Amino acid sequence: MSVDKETVAKIANLARIEVSEDELESTVGELNNILDWVEQLSEVDTDGVEAMTSVVDASLPRREDKVTDGGYRDQVLKNAPQSEHGFFAVPKVIE
Amino acid sequence: MTKLYPGVTGDWEAVIGLEIHAQVISEAKLFSGSATTFGAEPNTQVSFVCSAQPGMLPVINEECVRQAVRTGLAMGCEINLRSIFDRKNYFYADLPQGYQISQFKDPIVGEGEIAIELSDGSTKIIGVERLHLEQDAGKSMHDQHPTMTYVDLNRSGVALMEIVSKPDMSTPEEAAEYFKKIRSLVRYAGTCDGNMDQGSMRADVNVSVRRPGEELGTRTETKNVNSIRYVMQVVESEIRRQIDLIEDGGTVDQETRLFEVATGTTRTMRSKEEAHDYRYFPDPDLLPLEFSQEFVDELAAEMPELADAKKERFIADLHITPYNASVLVAEKENADYFETLLAVTVDKTGKPVSELGKLVSNWITSDLFGALKKLGKTISENPVSVENAAELLNLQVEGTISGRIAKEVFENMLESGNSPETIVDEKGLKQVSDTGAIEAMIDEILSVNADKVEEYRGGKDKLYGFFVGQVMKQTGGKANPQVVNQLLKPKLDG
Amino acid sequence: MTDLTKLTLSEARDALHKGDISSVEITQAHISAINEAKELNCFIEVTSDKAMDMAKAADETIKSGNAKGMTGIPIGMKDLYCTKGVHSQTCSHILDGFKPEYESTVSQNLWDDGAVMLGKTNMDEFAMGSSNENSYYGPVKNPWRAKGSDKNTVPGGSSGGSSAAVAADIAIATTGTDTGGSIRQPASFTGLVGLKPTYGRCSRWGMIAFASSLDQAGPLTKTVRDAAIMMESMAGYDPKDSTSTNIAVPNYEAALNGDIRGLKVGIPSEYRVDGMPEEIENLWTQGKEWLKSAGAEIVDISLPHTKYALPTYYIVAPAECSSNLARYDGVKYGLRVTGDSLDDMYKKTRAAGFGDEVKRRILIGTYVLSAGYYDAYYLKAQKIRTLIANDFKTAYQKCDVILTPTAPSAAFNLGEKVSDPLAMYLNDVFTVPASLAGLPGISVPAGLSAEGLPLGLQLIGQAFGEEQLLNVADVLEGAASFNYKPTKWWGE
Repeated sequence: MSVDKETVAKIANLARIEVSEDELESTVGELNNILDWVEQLSEVDTDGVEAMTSVVDASLPRREDKVTDGGYRDQVLKNAPQSEHGFFAVPKVIE
Repeated sequence: MTKLYPGVTGDWEAVIGLEIHAQVISEAKLFSGSATTFGAEPNTQVSFVCSAQPGMLPVINEECVRQAVRTGLAMGCEINLRSIFDRKNYFYADLPQGYQISQFKDPIVGEGEIAIELSDGSTKIIGVERLHLEQDAGKSMHDQHPTMTYVDLNRSGVALMEIVSKPDMSTPEEAAEYFKKIRSLVRYAGTCDGNMDQGSMRADVNVSVRRPGEELGTRTETKNVNSIRYVMQVVESEIRRQIDLIEDGGTVDQETRLFEVATGTTRTMRSKEEAHDYRYFPDPDLLPLEFSQEFVDELAAEMPELADAKKERFIADLHITPYNASVLVAEKENADYFETLLAVTVDKTGKPVSELGKLVSNWITSDLFGALKKLGKTISENPVSVENAAELLNLQVEGTISGRIAKEVFENMLESGNSPETIVDEKGLKQVSDTGAIEAMIDEILSVNADKVEEYRGGKDKLYGFFVGQVMKQTGGKANPQVVNQLLKPKLDG
Repeated sequence: MTDLTKLTLSEARDALHKGDISSVEITQAHISAINEAKELNCFIEVTSDKAMDMAKAADETIKSGNAKGMTGIPIGMKDLYCTKGVHSQTCSHILDGFKPEYESTVSQNLWDDGAVMLGKTNMDEFAMGSSNENSYYGPVKNPWRAKGSDKNTVPGGSSGGSSAAVAADIAIATTGTDTGGSIRQPASFTGLVGLKPTYGRCSRWGMIAFASSLDQAGPLTKTVRDAAIMMESMAGYDPKDSTSTNIAVPNYEAALNGDIRGLKVGIPSEYRVDGMPEEIENLWTQGKEWLKSAGAEIVDISLPHTKYALPTYYIVAPAECSSNLARYDGVKYGLRVTGDSLDDMYKKTRAAGFGDEVKRRILIGTYVLSAGYYDAYYLKAQKIRTLIANDFKTAYQKCDVILTPTAPSAAFNLGEKVSDPLAMYLNDVFTVPASLAGLPGISVPAGLSAEGLPLGLQLIGQAFGEEQLLNVADVLEGAASFNYKPTKWWGE
């Protein structure tokens, strides 16, 4: 399976990373190298094999329903590039 | 018989499915220990986990798991003892992680069926596909600033149950009844407060149309519809829009739409125009959720009585009419009020439940509900205490006042806030049951109205009411109706 | 007066507990050494004031008789760990200026035990790399150079700053993180001991995530004993991490009894890869001999799916990272590049903030999870991962630990492999399988290459079998007697 410029542009969009027209060319090459290399996995017979859900052989631990966190807005907003009136502020979105 | 919608070129059928998002009642969020209460100051119920700071990890809240199971049990669905949490990846300002933790292929609750009652008296079964747990997103406010959107993450991470129906509905009414039923179920089960104004319950409405017998058409999804009425409007307008579009030669786009309250119709949601590739995969920060059948059975055993069972019991044991039973169980608070009032009334009168059920339920459904509606209040805001309401009923059962007078007394109770005994005393509204006095009164009336007596005896049965009216007039409405009838009829008949 | 920077952790501990030296003294000595070694670029933030405060507090603790193994020991902390109020950026531009308001569990464990923070060490951005050439703060220079050469070599990656620092004796020990080999391979390139514990042994809370099902915390130290002491402090169950395992942390140092008689050491045939340098194969054979002489039994084993481990890793890890790194969007912390719209801001911020390797892996990861490709790539890889884990389970029916080389070469020169991502990935060929299976692995310095650069041998253990693993490693270390140090070319 290999990718072309159009596909890479789509993936870059899904990943919200701007890739310039020049970069697109080299990125296609790099990704194809890697994809060609991982292609060998299709040789492996995985019929009847369960996909690994976790190396940890346990089920999900559950915690008590208690309010033990939150309530420190200043700390939460401290590293924000922009915050106003207690909100995170971002360029306006039009729905 | 599926309803048909007439178009220019022939008839159409509508196929409707609902994805209901119900916020779970719990103290803390699904995967973090932040609080969930509505209406807090922005970002004050946000931890490092729910603001997706680097290195933060999710830990699941056991109560949210129980609430999902309870809801599944209330809907009669299959409970899956093992389920997986997946990440649903997309970018949006109110989604701090850049993914939502949800369940994709292996949800906690599986298939079930919901019975809904339609206005024509028929019952329809609507299938439930699944219920899964997922995180709610935060809130973006686009109208607070000219160039910026403000983001509040208080709601980010609150537990949601997504209840997905099968596409078994075909009319706005069916969609509304299904939505109402689910709302009632979760309120009964205590797993969601169903408060649509606050956003704790909302629906994504999927609509498509097709010619009868043909394959499914392309569906549209209208997101975040937060009232029963709006759901009906969405369904109606979408059916119409799609039929018109296709008949005009166009095709329906598979898209996401938003409901516009002002126009009562839907429009395309601009920001979600591109097809989403959510790239679901099992969340590697979480392990499979597993619990035993014992765990489920324990929850089932502690479940409160649900609407359908309650209705059956009201009819069978309390001898109330099916209609009244339906009305009362539609909202848990009403059913609870009924049983409370009934119990107190039983106490006062010493009569058994089976005898009083009808009286109490009738009083609630006609008198009380009528009054509450006029006042614009809900049952939890009822100005009349249970004590006083029970006393009012007791006075009737005792025969101290008639049903008619009771209505007068009730009006007064609402205005003055006084107890019924006080009002009856002050206004001298005690029923007159003295047979002697009434008999004398009847004799007088009959003698004064001899001509009418003749007419009555000649066949004009309708005049009976005139005589009763006269007795009532003379007693200021306080004559005991049964006594009047007992004495009047034989005298009139002669 | 002994040069305090030449002490091992256990030597320093003993001296501190005896009162022969103070934490203030040994911390100061290391800070001076750090300042002299700026050229190596091991530390991207030196917290000297904080270090002195912590050292003073540690001295108090020692005086009161409550000292633990790590009390007073000056260590470097990999920049991947969130340290409260201190630079924590995984050496990425996208986390510019980020100072967390919380401390990672593992670093807190060390501070609770009285360890002293010298500063944050350099690393490959977001732990993606095998040479520390992917850091926003520039590459790290390995204190080791080939004989007679003045070319700089790489210290390995992603924990390159951590490994170089200990090798240059400017930190007694450092923390690293290992996802596909990022502790073990740098240890091998710099002549150190590097331990990656069983997945779930250490908490990941507060560790900036790369690949959640693989990331693990671990120490880089001068000796196996040092690793045992430090591991005991770092490890432990954390209810804030759902993948953390609730098993008590034993006294790892106490497990070093030197006795491996009857122990079965597995030698996997598939690790003999094409084009493997002869000297590495010879070292591996030498390792077998050493263990045999100590009383172990050598067993040939097969791990049939070994060759698929690297490609499997390069599907699973990018997939997870593509999702883990979605939160770096300019909204809540770090870099923001303004845009005309929200989407524009995302795209520009992430393009400017992430380095090339990170972007590559995010794109691969996004692709392998996308509609139409999920089954063929991600799901397939997760199934093969099961097969790889099963290979080990089967092998452990025949042996107790497994011996392999750590890396397919000695440290290569800076810039040599940087333009060939695939060549770079191949560095992890021996370390990745244990990561995929969640098993513990340790690299022990075993010899020098013909050019005089360190070569390590890896031991892979059973799940939560760190005691046995450390014990074998201790014996191997003793037999190898790697008493070499890099010739100091930096400073002045």
